Amino acid sequence: MQPRTIRMLPAVFAFAAIAATRVAGAADPPTFRLAIVNHRFEPATLVIPADTKVRLVIENRDATPEEFESNEFNREKIILPNSSAVVFVGPLRAGQYRFFGEFNPATAQGVLRVE
Amino acid sequence: MLAIALLVFREVLEAALIVSIVAAATRGVPYRGTALLTGIGAGVLGAGLVALGADRIAALFSGAGQEVFNAGVLLAAVLMIAWHVIWMSSHARELSARVQGVGYAVRAGTSPLTVLVAVVALAVLREGSEIVLFLYGMLAGGASYPGTGLGLGLAAGAAVGALLYFGLLRIPMRHFFGATNALLVLLAAGLAADAMTFLVQANLLPALGEPFWDTAALLDERSLPGQVLHVLVGYTARPAPVQALAWLVTVLLLGAGMRIAGRSSRRMPTARRVMTG
Repeated sequence: MQPRTIRMLPAVFAFAAIAATRVAGAADPPTFRLAIVNHRFEPATLVIPADTKVRLVIENRDATPEEFESNEFNREKIILPNSSAVVFVGPLRAGQYRFFGEFNPATAQGVLRVE
Repeated sequence: MLAIALLVFREVLEAALIVSIVAAATRGVPYRGTALLTGIGAGVLGAGLVALGADRIAALFSGAGQEVFNAGVLLAAVLMIAWHVIWMSSHARELSARVQGVGYAVRAGTSPLTVLVAVVALAVLREGSEIVLFLYGMLAGGASYPGTGLGLGLAAGAAVGALLYFGLLRIPMRHFFGATNALLVLLAAGLAADAMTFLVQANLLPALGEPFWDTAALLDERSLPGQVLHVLVGYTARPAPVQALAWLVTVLLLGAGMRIAGRSSRRMPTARRVMTG
């Protein structure tokens, strides 16, 4: 019956995921770096290539956790104090995409310039 | 204080909307209040544990632990909602009869409560763990009136949830479970799409290209209506194709499952009467 198909859904997704990484793993995405210092992003504007998936390494040098978030390129990841996290971004069309620190939005604001 | 209230509100809102839909969908089920509170309690407890173990979770799967964990929690919720709506489709008539006061007993072991309590717990756990980590940071940074901020955010989020709940109760009984089932399907589709986003973020899944459409200028996801629609129907201003695909697959699969379950329950009216009477 149908419930069984539905119960298999995550397995299907997991399979697709594994298959996809095998294929995509051929070319490693270029790495870009971002730091969080005193609840601000450094650099506040990061330039990445258009139509390309990139590997974004975000280092939180503050003593408090931060959540890297963007509604414009759909990402959210908590970065614990004094640690780094990796977020894959794109491919994106050329343009400006804002991101922010959800836990300190008053200061932690940045822009991803895709060109 | 206002910053705390605002963030807490955003996180609570997501969980509160899910709790409201579940509360409406379990209308008339015995012990539903206790069950919902148990779900919320388990979620709060889980949120604390997840926040405490955040560094360990983050280190799993060579740094993709947070994404895999979130995707796992979301997909688990999707499966439970799937189970529930399909179960409901095969018991729809019996349930609406019971709510109308006819007083059928729910067959032991098939009550839809258990799975939906888990959905509530998972929603509270996910949003709650973010609140815990955020508050930890705020307290370490010496924020003023964190308790007031927390209270205000909680109250405001719960108020929006209550608004949705009492709005849903106004739906005529004839259409009630049809409506809550439809809401649950859309909720599940949105959660499945969110799960894909996490897997793409961890590079475990391809985005399948550039975003499908861009309606950010029309409806910002960060705005209150945008956020509510994101939770309720999975609205995303710039969805990656894989997100849209997951949304569609979930709606189609659950729709088909409900249809088949509904049809087979109609085919055996005597069996059902025995079971429910």
